Amino acid sequence: MSELLDLTAAQAAARIHAGDLERGELWRFYRDRALADDLNAFIWVCDGDDPEAIDSSGPLGGVPIGIKDLFCTAGVPSQAGSKILENYRPPYTATAVERIMNAGAPVLAKTNQDEFAMGSSTENSAYGPTLNPWDRTRVPGGSSGGSAAAVAAGTVPWSIGTDTGGSIRQPAALCGIVGLKPTYGAVSRYGMIAFASSLDQAGPFTRDTTDAALLLQAMAGKDPCDSTSLGLPEPVRLPTATDLTGVRLGVPEELTGEGIEPGVLDAFRETLDLARELGATVETTQLPHAPHGLAAYYLIAPAECSSNLARYDGVRYGFRADGRDLLGMYTETREQGFGAEVKRRVLIGTYALSSGYYDAYYGRAQKVRTLIARDFEQAWERFDFIVSPTAPGVAFELGAKTADPLAMYLNDFCTVPMSLAGLPAISIPNGLSEGLPVGFQIAGPAFSENRILDAAHALEQAIGFDGSAARA
Amino acid sequence: MLSRDQVLHVARLARLELSDEEIERLSGELSKVLDWVETIEELGDLADTPPTSHVVEVENVLREDAPRPSWPVEQVLDAAPDAALGGFRVPSPGAG
Repeated sequence: MSELLDLTAAQAAARIHAGDLERGELWRFYRDRALADDLNAFIWVCDGDDPEAIDSSGPLGGVPIGIKDLFCTAGVPSQAGSKILENYRPPYTATAVERIMNAGAPVLAKTNQDEFAMGSSTENSAYGPTLNPWDRTRVPGGSSGGSAAAVAAGTVPWSIGTDTGGSIRQPAALCGIVGLKPTYGAVSRYGMIAFASSLDQAGPFTRDTTDAALLLQAMAGKDPCDSTSLGLPEPVRLPTATDLTGVRLGVPEELTGEGIEPGVLDAFRETLDLARELGATVETTQLPHAPHGLAAYYLIAPAECSSNLARYDGVRYGFRADGRDLLGMYTETREQGFGAEVKRRVLIGTYALSSGYYDAYYGRAQKVRTLIARDFEQAWERFDFIVSPTAPGVAFELGAKTADPLAMYLNDFCTVPMSLAGLPAISIPNGLSEGLPVGFQIAGPAFSENRILDAAHALEQAIGFDGSAARA
Repeated sequence: MLSRDQVLHVARLARLELSDEEIERLSGELSKVLDWVETIEELGDLADTPPTSHVVEVENVLREDAPRPSWPVEQVLDAAPDAALGGFRVPSPGAG
């Protein structure tokens, strides 16, 4: 059995294609592991048989997958980690999930997340926090913490999540796996329960970069149901690079100095040395406006969420509270249905968009966004990639940051600039600090996913990270 | 510092009925967050910087204006907390 656990998703798919592994055996193996999960990584697990409608001759080979709760999945609970969507089973399936199923991966589970993807620790879920498989007293990161913890613990072979300001990359880093946020527009947002629409983007969580490429290949594509979706200009290739000859890496001072834990910085610098040995040039650079990115993000994202979450009124789906009249029903439903962090963000966003404040807050934050996008434009004149630690620290103790929203927000410090600029970025495992995983982030120009995956693959081979301890 | 009245005003706009304890706690929390996001003031005059709302250039998307089947009414009402007579039933908006 443990032999099955050692297979990456791509290896398992290859065995199923070759007839050396029966898909039902793999399904039962992971179903039983997922049902026995003790990390609270899942909100729903399919307890039935391998869905026959999924054609395992497709590229994803019948290898089961975990889906972040906020992806609408027909007939399956899709609650975005919120009480206000309690028991909601949508009548349709998100395009990204449908593409994955059409490519041959059956949905095994819905994974836990911060409510409406607002959070960096998965402690804001109405269904309880998820634990980190490397240390069960610590958080897995967030908001896609369930997707990250499940892949790290080997209770699903791979999963998908969403990244608005770091919600794929940061939990991937804290759980010691690969997480890829594609270029904004690469993957359709249709059927993704919205948080901040100008930033939300879906992407894969996997054990290695080959699995990430395979999954992105299936997910990406233009979709008539999402007019902001563009797909990718060239097909996603499985990465093969083993060196970085001629690759120019830029190391921004702003994301690699103050506020980063020493152990995380040490691991980062060691990997820069490895990159040099593999043929890369490494140079310090500046993203002068990046330090203001986080503040701009915490205006833009709440503003957009306050608008998106206006739809939860107890009328059409989910939870409803009693009220003395229609308005009373709305306000009571929202009071009881939303958790503390969601209320905070809805209120900040409503304030930032309210009459008299719009220009100073939302309007100005959008200008900061322009400045950050320009910083990256200038960087691409000299560099192929911008690299940094993914998160400022390793996984923190449960409850350590729940009382202080600002301390929690600082987790997104290194990931938010790329989100504001819509750029693709990957986090790969970069060893351990104090026994806990650290992530290495590689960001590139829009639509450079193939090049990012190649560079990540070369580094991954050289780093040789072993994540098997978390799957025990 | 956001006053109690300001928190109540924003809560009303956001259709949130807050408890007294929440109003108390939130006026402190929101003030802290707002003080911090205001650090974008440090960037000075941005009159000449255009705002970005969409990062990747896209063209308008049009489709054929052709009728397509919609979701069956029963299937949509299936998820409703209170469905009646082929619609969503809600409390009366009230006389006042």
